[in-house]
Amino acid sequence: MFREIFDSHDLNRIRDRIYSSSESDFEKALASNDSRFTPDGIIPFFSPAADKHLEELAHRSSGITRARFGNTIQLYSPLYISNECNSSCIYCGFNARNRIKRVTLTPEEVTMEADALYGMGFRHILLLTGESRRAVPVTSMAEMIRRIHGKFSSISVEVYPMETQEYMELIRAGADGLTIYQETYDREAYAIVHPRGEKSDFYWRLDAPDRGGAAGFRRIGIGSLLGLSDWRIEGFCTALHAMYLSKKFWKSQVLISFPRLRCAPGDFKQPFNVTERDLAHLICVMRILLNNAGLVLSTREPAVLRDNLFPIGITTMSAGSKTSPGGYSLDNDAGGQFEIEDVRSPYVISEMLKQKGYDPVWKDWDRNFQA
Amino acid sequence: MTNKSKNDLLIIAGREFTSRLFLGTGKFSSIDVMDEAIRASETEMVTVALRRVDLDNPADSLLSAIAGFKNIQLLPNTSGARDADEAVRLARLAREMGCGNWVKLEVTPDPRYLLPDPIETLKAAEILVKEGFIVLPYINADPILAKRLEEAGTAAVMPLGSPIGSNKGLKTLDSIRIIIEMCSIPVVVDAGLGSPSHASLAMELGADAVLVNTAIASAGDPPLMAAAFKKGVEAGREAYRSGLPAAGSGAHASSPLTGFLRKD
Repeated sequence: MFREIFDSHDLNRIRDRIYSSSESDFEKALASNDSRFTPDGIIPFFSPAADKHLEELAHRSSGITRARFGNTIQLYSPLYISNECNSSCIYCGFNARNRIKRVTLTPEEVTMEADALYGMGFRHILLLTGESRRAVPVTSMAEMIRRIHGKFSSISVEVYPMETQEYMELIRAGADGLTIYQETYDREAYAIVHPRGEKSDFYWRLDAPDRGGAAGFRRIGIGSLLGLSDWRIEGFCTALHAMYLSKKFWKSQVLISFPRLRCAPGDFKQPFNVTERDLAHLICVMRILLNNAGLVLSTREPAVLRDNLFPIGITTMSAGSKTSPGGYSLDNDAGGQFEIEDVRSPYVISEMLKQKGYDPVWKDWDRNFQA
Repeated sequence: MTNKSKNDLLIIAGREFTSRLFLGTGKFSSIDVMDEAIRASETEMVTVALRRVDLDNPADSLLSAIAGFKNIQLLPNTSGARDADEAVRLARLAREMGCGNWVKLEVTPDPRYLLPDPIETLKAAEILVKEGFIVLPYINADPILAKRLEEAGTAAVMPLGSPIGSNKGLKTLDSIRIIIEMCSIPVVVDAGLGSPSHASLAMELGADAVLVNTAIASAGDPPLMAAAFKKGVEAGREAYRSGLPAAGSGAHASSPLTGFLRKD
């Protein structure tokens, strides 16, 4: 389990070492090759000393990305099944204490949403729920996957943490990817922003990618919600987690997302600022440390930033996203999880990619791999 | 085309090829660029990942772009398959959907380096050959595996020069040399060839063909790079056919050392 590796690191010590790394430490780290990246060896990549070398990092990152993934960007779309939630994550629009209209889609409504996304061209989708087993039990989730499986090449899920057996049920129904963000690897910050409910259990969540890997998901997506704690330490922990997962579950692809906190209903003020340069820094470093990871950039980020940021290391982008259940085909006023910054349609985004010399890839998997 | 190359046909499963450069179709910035690169390479064999093809949609743009080339053999590949069952399932489906019975068998359980699983590849090859597929398996440069696949009835073997997309060239050179020596089916060096000189070297060693994707697709000018690879492949092939002089360690005296020996 990753928790053993995680617990063996004293994050205060890591913080000190990140902040005391020198430029020559960074240069040494940059000169070492992939097979020599050790937990200690990667510390300088996250240091303030590395900040000055952003341009160099970007060149390295973009070169690796082009060689491994070519001039392509894979497109996907989220599909929210429910915004009902037991947790009160203070940064999230679905926070149980927020007064928003709560909706859980019926299987028929999920099919309508799926049809709408299919019509826009999507073949890769991500199904999401709030943290509520009651609103969307595992069996209903599996049922919904079964209903729409025939349309999509790849179905990922971003749901409350489940047991291995439950994840296996979703895989049997046709899901192939799991996304679960730790939100923050900083235990103190975690406790503050997740005061109640199942989600307040830090380790239950930390172990979830292990359970998903053991269940057999072919894609495992992780990330931290940037802004809850110091991004440099979050970055270090995320890299450690991703490196562990790709070694342990060697048949699965690891994906990393870079969600920066956005405005959501409620009055949460984010404790840490993460600038555009910081975000770019993280993307570049993840690419250098994990050459083959999928790196995901969502519509949380504004259009101008996305258009300029993706070529330095991103492989996967969402487009035309709605963060409320029913957002694509129903008129139900359900509350959203967060505000979308890049509101362009999938078509406009695919045209932008073409204009920049990239092939927008709608399908890069096949449901027939699974029996 | 020179007369010389007309006499130098590559034959795989009874089909003749004048070009010994095969192309992969991933990683291009657009179908138009891919189209131009295919034209410039003068290739006659193009591989397409089935995972990229919309098998529900007969007018899939990738397939129809390739179908536009009348002299090109389509070689669907099973990239993404994690074991024999998955590869076999996908190959069957592609054939049912009208993609023909050629298949580039790729069983790559590790999504990081996309290295082929020798055991599952052999298993899948045995099944697919029995079902009438023309199987070209992607393998690590393992001579014994190559022989086992030949015995199983594959139409060629495709050993890697180095991991896919690495552009590192012929890191497996010594093993490829043994495969070429031991196999009686065509040997196509696949993966890792990063420049025309790498392709040239593979052909000089006696490879029957090479397959290139990343180096062309991610070049600044893919059609120009495709033309360069074409020349590299041709140069290497002609050098191989002409009989390369062995590289010596020292100079040879122009007056023979054994000239004094009598003939009888």
